[in-house]
Parts: sequence; C-alpha cells; structure tokens
Amino acid sequence: MVTHDVVEVRPTVGRRHRPMSTTAVRRRRGPVTWARRGGLSALVFALPALFVFGWFSWLPIVKAVVMSFQKTNLIVTSWVGLQNFQRVLADPVLPLAIRNTLWFALLALVFGFPVPLVCAVLMSEVRRMKGLFSALAYLPVVVPPVVAVLLWKFFYNPGPEGVFNTILGTVGIGPIAWLQDKTIVMPALVLEATWAAAGGTVIIYLAALTSVPAELYDAAEVDGASVWGKIWHVTMPHLRGVLFVTLILQILATAQVFNEPYLFTGGGPNNATVTVLLLVYRYGFGTSLGGKYGEATALSVMLAVVLAILSILYFRLTRRWSTS
Amino acid sequence: MTSTTPMTRPSVLVEPAALSTTRRRAKAAANDLSQRSAISEVEWRRPRVRRPWQTMHVVLLVVLVVASIGPLALLLKFAVTPTQDILRSPLAIFPNGVAWANVSQAWNTIHISRYFLNSLIMAGGSWVSQIVVATSAGYVLSVLRPAWGRVLSSAILCTLFVPAIVLLVPLYLVILHPPLIGHSMVNSFWGVWLPVGANAFNVVLMTRFFDNLPREIFEAARVDGAGPFRLFWSIVLPMSRPILGVVSVFAIIASWKDFLWPLLVLRNPDLQPLSVRLPSLQATTDMGVLMAALAIAALLPVVLFLVFQRLFLNGAGMSGAVKG
Repeated sequence: MVTHDVVEVRPTVGRRHRPMSTTAVRRRRGPVTWARRGGLSALVFALPALFVFGWFSWLPIVKAVVMSFQKTNLIVTSWVGLQNFQRVLADPVLPLAIRNTLWFALLALVFGFPVPLVCAVLMSEVRRMKGLFSALAYLPVVVPPVVAVLLWKFFYNPGPEGVFNTILGTVGIGPIAWLQDKTIVMPALVLEATWAAAGGTVIIYLAALTSVPAELYDAAEVDGASVWGKIWHVTMPHLRGVLFVTLILQILATAQVFNEPYLFTGGGPNNATVTVLLLVYRYGFGTSLGGKYGEATALSVMLAVVLAILSILYFRLTRRWSTS
Repeated sequence: MTSTTPMTRPSVLVEPAALSTTRRRAKAAANDLSQRSAISEVEWRRPRVRRPWQTMHVVLLVVLVVASIGPLALLLKFAVTPTQDILRSPLAIFPNGVAWANVSQAWNTIHISRYFLNSLIMAGGSWVSQIVVATSAGYVLSVLRPAWGRVLSSAILCTLFVPAIVLLVPLYLVILHPPLIGHSMVNSFWGVWLPVGANAFNVVLMTRFFDNLPREIFEAARVDGAGPFRLFWSIVLPMSRPILGVVSVFAIIASWKDFLWPLLVLRNPDLQPLSVRLPSLQATTDMGVLMAALAIAALLPVVLFLVFQRLFLNGAGMSGAVKG
C-alpha cells in the first residue's frame, strides 16, 4: 500500500528521524557517498544564505565589535582600546540624545499603546464590514515614511495658514510653532510616527483577539458577567502576552528612530530632537571630513547590547507563551 | 501550530497550500463558527447593548476615515492645486481652479519618472534577493535537513537579536571595500539588493511554512525519482504560494519605504530611489510640484495594499516581529 511505503521510506531520508543504527553506516561514508546521498545539493541550496548572511550580516557584526576598539580613516587602522567608548561617553550631546530617545519612546507609548488597543477591542465587535475597518487602520502603514514626513512637515506649518493651525484656529487655539518650539517638537514627531505605525499594532491585537477561547466567554456569561466585565476579566488577561510583545517591539523600534528626527528637524531646534541613531549617523556620515567610524560603532554597539537584552527577553517570553 | 504569538499568529497562511481554495474557505468558515467575541449574539440583539456599541463603531469609523484617508486625500488634492493656494489656504477646495500641470511637471521636469524607475529597480532586485535566500535556506533547513542544518539555523536566528543599528557603519564599510571582490558597491544597486537578502525573519517564515507541508508528498516525489532541485522547483515552491505572497508584498513595500540605507549606498542622484531623492528636492521645488511628486511616490504601495489587502492584513502580525 502507498501509506505503508511512505512509512518504510521515511527514516532513511528524513534525517531528523534517523534510527540509531545508521550512525555506524555514516562513519564509513566517504565524500563521494556524501555527495551522492544529497549532501552536495544541500550545500548548493544553502549557498545563497551562507553568502548573503556571511557577507552582510555575520562579517559586519564581528567588524562592529572589532571596529569599536579601533581608529580608522579607511587607509590606516590602529587599535585604541577603550578610547572610542570614552570619547562617546564624554560627548555632551550623548546625554541629550539618550534623554530625547527615552522621551520619544515614552511619548510613543503614551500615544501609541492605548489607541490601537481600544481600536482593536472595538473593531473585534464589528458585525459588518470588518475588513473595511482593518483596511482603514492599516492604510497609513504602507505609506512610505519619507512621503508621510514631508507631508506632515507641511501640515505642521507654523503660520496661521498651516493645515493643523487652520483646524485648531476654528476652535480658537494657536497658531502653534509645531517644529520650532523645543517642547512641542517631540510630541509632534511622535504624533506622525504613531499615525504611521499604529495600524500594524491594531492588526496584531485583532489577530490575538480572535484566539480568545469561546468557552471562556461562555463561562463568564453563565456567571452573569456584563459585556464590560467580560472585556476586563476575559479579553484583557488573554491579551497580556501580546501586549508585552508589542511593548518590547515598540521600544526596539523607537530606540532606533531615525527618519522622523532626520527628516523633520535634522535634530533641531537646538538639539531637542537628536536621537541616539541620529548621533551614530552624525559620527559616521555627518561630516565631510571623513567619518569617525570608531566612535559611531562604539555608540551603536552600546545601544545594541541594551536592545539585544530586550530582544532576548522578548524571544524567551514568546517561546514560553508559544509552548504553553 | 499551537503558538499564540504574533510571530506565528496568522495560521491561515502558515497552513500548507495543499488544500484547494474552496476547502480552505470552508475551513475558515468553520473556524469562524467556533470563534466569538466578547459580546454574544444574544446580547447583540438587545438594544441596550447594541445601540451604544453601534454608536461607538460609527464614531470609530469616522475617526479612522479622517485619520487615515484624510492626510492622503489632502495629499491628492495638493497634487493638483496651484502652489499659491496650497500655501495660502490649504483646506479650501480649489479656490482658483485645478493645476494638472503639477503632475506632468513633477514627472518630467524634476525627473520623478527616473527616480520612480530607480525605486522599481531597487524593489525588484530586493524582492528577488529576499525570495531566493528565504526559499533556498528554508528548503535546506526544513526539507533537506543536512547534519549541519542546526548550526546554520542558529547562525541565522542569532542575527534576529542584533539590532539593525549596529550594522549601519560596519555594513557600510563592507559595501565600500568589499572583501574578495575589491570593487566598491557604493553607487551600485547590488549594495542595496544583497544586504536586504540577509533577512532572518523571512527564513524563519519559510522554514515554518515548509515544516507544515505534508512530508508524504515529498517522499512520493522522491520515490518517483525527483531529485532535490526538481522537488524544490516543482513541488515545494508551487505549494508555498501563500507564504511567497506574504514575503513578496512585504519585501516590495519595505524596499519602497527604505530610506537610510539607500541614502548611504546610492550617492549618485541618478541612481537614487524616490524615498532618497524627495527630501533633497524639497528645498528647491515648487510646493505644488513637490506634492504631486509625493503623491506619485505613495501611489504604488497604496495600490498594492488595496489589491493584496488580505495578504497584508494576514501578514501584518508577522511583520511586526521583523524589527527585532
């Protein structure tokens, strides 16, 4: 029978299920047998990945660590120990950049965390045209960031004829100098960034909401729970895992924010929007006198260590949740 | 597939494509029956529950339309509005007529056509590179499973924990002075195409999808004499259309949105894509023409999204984890 054949063939080909006895056979194999048994074709299929990851991922990672202890002008390279780190840490702009990045991340959480959650919970109860709601929510995500930023930059025109100032003017507020005022510029950047990213989070929450077991709601109803009671005591606890994952993803993304400060303000006014990645960019590519590559990598390695700890935490937790 | 993380959430897509479309639809419908949201159908029929929720839904719909279509609609309007009107009264509806000339001026005079073509070339190559690397690596890790597969798999997975920022400077130097070939890849599309291929998340997606394809079909093909290449091309790839679709749309959109990396690599304005070129045009271009250029740049991703909505929305949960 066909099924019988399959069971017979499987252990010899599916390597992961190889029975113990074949290890003895494997020891005797020469390169020719190895090639004939498919070892060569596996290598051929692995070549693109080996090439691309080796060249553009593993090599630069090693290079980053090495370069952070080196000084180079691309012709002469010398070891300088911890000097790069010391220089970066002594830079008066660094505390500012860290503060701005944290401020951006915090504002992004305040703006971008509750809104998608409320949207998703409301949208999960939509009985008709659910697709329209999701499509509308996701649409800004596909708009290229450069287009979005340049468009919003025009919306943020500080004069009374600016788009936002015109709208606010009808209720007697303003005009506001969105991108020129030191205290307003960061919330203004975050507002645009949230507009551009919130849709993705909504879709993640919506998917998570469909996985709440129906029995839990049924049981809550038997116990006489109201609609809000069910949302608070059944839906929310079930979303806890996903909420934490999106929280970490958002922190990872906001810690590496570049487009908004670079395109809106270039770090101004008066360094009020310089972020850590913008500082890395300035070290590496900001001057015409040749990059301070050592300092740039030292700073990015430091940030990367912090972020890697966060990602590992994230991976551990998703693993645990995915197995439970 | 018992996971509950956004990384693996869209089970519809991770399901093997062996089932016919109709059977998949039937299955999806059956899933919908077992799924429910916090409000039960009985409660929904009660006016005291339904009316406030329906009101909230209408409010949400209005907010979504204003927030996500609003800015894009304004962009479309600006694209055909005379510059003086955009600057003086941005919210007035064509007080001095329509300026169709903006669009043709953007396309021809400031050479948006060339940058559009560059964006297309960049997106096309990035797509090919990501698909080739992801499918071949996934095939090795999931189907061929050589003894060294686990090493390769962990080496690829490791790169997920390295934030993109740490690679910025060292990767740039690798592109500037590539080892082995000794010919700079700055000002060459290869400098963009090849690094984006090193996307560990795509490999994870492919491997997971291939893991769920029925092994029996592979064995049957092998028994019928299909070699590893034939198996890959005629069996595995055709069965993987859903996941290929997801990886494709996200590869193309990500490339269209990419700003910082092409800014560093493509220094020659004649090679720059729209996203890189638009900010530098901004200072010297008439506002109406700039808005037309922005609208042209946003057109392709928005159209792609409207056509492939389902792929986008189902894959959105997965895309969230790419940044990690």
